[in-house]
Amino acid sequence: MSDITAGPVPTPTASRRAPISTTGPWAWARANLFSGWASTAVTLLLAYFIITWALGFIDWAFVNAIWSVPNNQTQACRDLKGVGACWAVITEKHRFILFGTYPYEEQWRPLLVCLLFIGLYIVSAMRRFWRAELGLIWIVTLAVIGVLMWGGVLSMSFVPQERWGGLPITLILSTFGIAFAFPLSILVALGRRSKMPAIKMICIVYVELIRGVPLISLLFMASVMFPLFLPDGMNIDKLLRAQVAIILFAAAYLAEVVRAGLQALPKGQYEAADAMGLSYWQKTGLIVLPQALRTVIPPLVNTFIGFFKDTSLVLIIGIFDLLTAGKTAIVEPAWQGFGVEVYIFIALIYFCFCFAMSRYSQSLEATLNNRRR
Amino acid sequence: MPLRHLSKAVGAAVLLGGLALSAPVQAQTPTSMLDTIRSRGNLICGVNTGLAGFAQPDSQGVWRGFDVDYCRAIAAAILGDGTKVRYVPLTAQSRFTALQSGEVDVLVRNTTWTLSRDTSLGFDFAGITFYDGQGFMVKASLGLTSARELNGATICVQPGTTTEQNLTDWARSNRIEFRPVVIERIEEVVGAYTSNRCDAYTTDVSGLAATRAVQPRPADHVILPDVISKEPLGPLVRHGDQRFADIVRWTHFALLGAEEFGLTAANVDQAAASDPRPEVQRMLGKNGELGQMLGLQPNWVVSVLKTTGNYGEVFARNLTPIGIQRGPNALWTTPGGLQYSPPFR
Repeated sequence: MSDITAGPVPTPTASRRAPISTTGPWAWARANLFSGWASTAVTLLLAYFIITWALGFIDWAFVNAIWSVPNNQTQACRDLKGVGACWAVITEKHRFILFGTYPYEEQWRPLLVCLLFIGLYIVSAMRRFWRAELGLIWIVTLAVIGVLMWGGVLSMSFVPQERWGGLPITLILSTFGIAFAFPLSILVALGRRSKMPAIKMICIVYVELIRGVPLISLLFMASVMFPLFLPDGMNIDKLLRAQVAIILFAAAYLAEVVRAGLQALPKGQYEAADAMGLSYWQKTGLIVLPQALRTVIPPLVNTFIGFFKDTSLVLIIGIFDLLTAGKTAIVEPAWQGFGVEVYIFIALIYFCFCFAMSRYSQSLEATLNNRRR
Repeated sequence: MPLRHLSKAVGAAVLLGGLALSAPVQAQTPTSMLDTIRSRGNLICGVNTGLAGFAQPDSQGVWRGFDVDYCRAIAAAILGDGTKVRYVPLTAQSRFTALQSGEVDVLVRNTTWTLSRDTSLGFDFAGITFYDGQGFMVKASLGLTSARELNGATICVQPGTTTEQNLTDWARSNRIEFRPVVIERIEEVVGAYTSNRCDAYTTDVSGLAATRAVQPRPADHVILPDVISKEPLGPLVRHGDQRFADIVRWTHFALLGAEEFGLTAANVDQAAASDPRPEVQRMLGKNGELGQMLGLQPNWVVSVLKTTGNYGEVFARNLTPIGIQRGPNALWTTPGGLQYSPPFR
């Protein structure tokens, strides 16, 4: 037994500073930005460049910018010699960039069409609307869009297709393109994995032929060669021809994305479905596609975003989509040389749509895949 | 049977591809263009997608320009109303197919009249509305007076059109060495020239003048006098309907004749009532049956002039503001002018 011996009385130590914090923004900055002299130097250098550039941009875009000029007199803008942006070009031309050569007094119609498209996207994106009625909503909205663009009824004047332009064209081409290409691509992807040799062959030839040529050459075929094969007096609308070319092209690419999803599915899923006695279409619709499509959301959205921007290639066949309208806006001599401002304006519009698509796909991926994690 | 739908969809796609391999069919004009245009109630005019001074939509989306005024003039001649035009913007590549396939009635798209286009493409050129030609622009500080002094120079040029070919041919036949800077978009090629990447910029003189006019100091740039190619621009129609070709041709001549006789948009009504000159009376439909011979109203020239004014007015409205001189496009009565109308009788 031993007594509890009292140890040496601890001498009071000098109070130490709190340990360097390992959480919070400062700690993060220290660990990632200033961990050594090299890292610090790079951080400071980059910060210098970014701040200088940002200040320069703010100066150019806001401080020194000219927002409007009277009567197309762009001399004030030209006198800036590039130190300030000439947003007057957007003030003057925004309606042309957005709506092209659509009759000026009737431009509320394409505006309404754009809003309808955006509304349609929002409704389709919400899961609570994912039921059969959504198809009906699409058909009705697209019909209304057609009526608004063409007119000719309800005391709206008729506007022929060659006067359409700007944002509605971009939205029409990409929305219809993806809406038709996606179902077609699923059929082609399934066909490519079919055991029936003829169907398999046709699908392979289709995908490889279309993927083997650039979209530009397909658009050329549609706009330059195709009309020559039509019988006399028969003209298929130029926009429709471009639309079909875009659908066929998009479907070939999407088919390969969908096929990747089909192949990623474990064989057991197919066998289990067969064992339950499901027919081919029950198996595909209930077991295979829901899982396969979920796997390929990121590449699907990637392709969608790509096609949204690819629609601007219709400029080579003289259709005034958003980008072409922007380019045409600065043809007028008074406004030549203000391309940067116009391109920034157009880039912002494209960015809004593409960024929304990208964010939405991320949230969709998270909700649909949370069961697997 | 859904599988059948699948094969149908894919089959349609293959059929579409297969069509592309079959031989092209030449489009014909079954009924007269004049009747077609009258029954349709408008003229379908193929124009440039955007070329300053010739065809460009303004801020409100209304087409304006030299070529556009010709579309309006033709519509006024046939329909009596210059607003009854549908403009189809066409790129350089799609313009000829659009005319061949009947997508447009007439192509007024700064197109150069060449033998091959007139014959093998199956078109008729209805006249020369604008005499253009390829030239060079250099900075005044270089002190050049002739393109022959460009030996060793760097020259900015756009690819694809005949411009690049003309430049190479001209340099070879004049034993001139140059380094080409080939850039597709016009803003970029002009930017390369103004930022001193090139000593000279070459394109058609009309384009050079338009570019020079919008420079901060136009006097810093000189358009050299050498013109190395002939680029006569004019409206085209399909082979096979001579009546329509005649109308397009004589609409152009009416604009020229009106300038020669001093008829303008403002005074044509008065002239139609009281001008004593016999040719003016025939032209404006007071005497003779010139309009009926073309299948038009007797007062068709009055409609045309009230729509666009005479050739000089069309030129002054569209091309003078962008710095293009009349030059060879002056009337033949002016020294150096080439625009000449056959007599109205």
